[in-house]
Amino acid sequence: MNPKKPVKGPKEAVITIRDLKISFGDLHVLRGVDLDLYQGENLVVLGRSGTGKSVLIKIIAGLLEPDQGSVTVLGEDVRQLNKRELDALRLKLGFSFQNSALYDSMTVRENLEFPLIRNVRNLSRADIDKAVEEALADVGLSQTINQMPSELSGGQRKRIGIARTLILKPEIMLYDEPTAGLDPITSNEINHLINEVQERHNTSSIIITHDLTCAKTVGDRIAMLLDGRFERQGTFDEVFEDSNDERAKQFYEYNFVN
Amino acid sequence: MQASSTSSSTETTEKPVISRRLDRIFLALSDVASFVAQFFKEVFMPPYEWKEIVRQCYEVGVRSLPLISLTGFITGIVFTNQSRPSLATFGATSWLPSLISIALVRALAPLVTALIASGRVGSNIGAELGSMRVTEQIEAMEVSGTNPFKFLVVSRVIATTFMIPTLAMFFVFLGVLGSYVNVAQNEKTSFMSFIETFFSSITFLDINSTVIKSIIFGFTIGIVGCYKGYNSSKGTEGVGKAANASVVTSMFLVFIEELLFLQVINAIRAA
Repeated sequence: MNPKKPVKGPKEAVITIRDLKISFGDLHVLRGVDLDLYQGENLVVLGRSGTGKSVLIKIIAGLLEPDQGSVTVLGEDVRQLNKRELDALRLKLGFSFQNSALYDSMTVRENLEFPLIRNVRNLSRADIDKAVEEALADVGLSQTINQMPSELSGGQRKRIGIARTLILKPEIMLYDEPTAGLDPITSNEINHLINEVQERHNTSSIIITHDLTCAKTVGDRIAMLLDGRFERQGTFDEVFEDSNDERAKQFYEYNFVN
Repeated sequence: MQASSTSSSTETTEKPVISRRLDRIFLALSDVASFVAQFFKEVFMPPYEWKEIVRQCYEVGVRSLPLISLTGFITGIVFTNQSRPSLATFGATSWLPSLISIALVRALAPLVTALIASGRVGSNIGAELGSMRVTEQIEAMEVSGTNPFKFLVVSRVIATTFMIPTLAMFFVFLGVLGSYVNVAQNEKTSFMSFIETFFSSITFLDINSTVIKSIIFGFTIGIVGCYKGYNSSKGTEGVGKAANASVVTSMFLVFIEELLFLQVINAIRAA
């Protein structure tokens, strides 16, 4: 499997993070993170469990308040926004949760309609149905429209979760462990779906994972979170195959050798 | 948010034990107070989640009807049957409808309905919101531009606040019916005569106080269930704890409120 080729062309940062710090009690999770996400790229954030990868994207989405640092998303400083402004910004972000976070009491159709009805005014029933059908077709699961989340497999749930975020046509996608808990074949399908979303919707994405196959397949650029900072950034080859860093090598060997 | 609240709890670890416990109690009380304050802030602010409110009213009200009906009917029969020997000693079995009306309207209906609702509705709300919290469904709502507090908490508290008084009135109705079945079998009283005696013993104050008391009970059950579920943590264990704490806390508060309300009503009657 060859690593994905980086996106070429002019680069404009859609997310800029500077000196980001957050602690939970005595546990210093992020210790001065600097990161840029450029227009149209898939940035994979790698790191061991508990290193603060998910915390990072929750800060970007305004779900967690950092102790220090700045987070600029699409030109807006997330920490300075009031509730209404933050809600407006969130509509430009698609957040795919680790466990899909589908609403258990709603059907697939209602799950997809939920953000649409609440955020887009003056939509007719036909418009809503069309948007739902398109989003489901995007992830290849049109037949599940009337099913409950409990009737879906893990991979299907992930896809529906992604479809629910796509329905609002976000500019930036945030994927939290998109392949966690999935078999290799389903993981591969999700990886290809992430690439398709990038190509079809021209989104910029941050993908949180500790799965190197996922990183290699979807990542235009890899950022490795070590001890609360991004110490290694670059293409997959730069971070792993041409690297002498012991921690990166260890991560690589556990994924591909063991 | 999470980070800052955790830091405040760690600051307390260096303090003496009593101070730490007091701190925890006051922090919890302030947390509850701000949750209740947020409810009153959100409840009057548009947009209003009418569809969800109606759905929750159905869940709380209609789905509780079979249990409330059965309990009310049986309570009417049992209470009438158990009270008869005492009244018969004084040859006062004709007073049974009066006794039943006072017992049902003033105490049994609101209290038993609230206790049943604490078990059925309170635990359901605690478990449902707790499960939504640990599976990140609440965060998913937040990032999709929906106010989860308004959608989940406000709608449920409104539903319990309006449905529990309705269920209490239904309990009275079924209790009266159960009581009449028992009285009709033993005393051969006509239905009209039973109803006349029943209503002659209660006043508007009794009915109003029952409705107001049930509204307070309903609000308590809703807000406690939502608070426990909405703030649950620690995975699936947290969901179980949220459901359990919702029942225990709301039952405890219902009894305390019943006692306090009794004092207020007695004071009004004495005035």
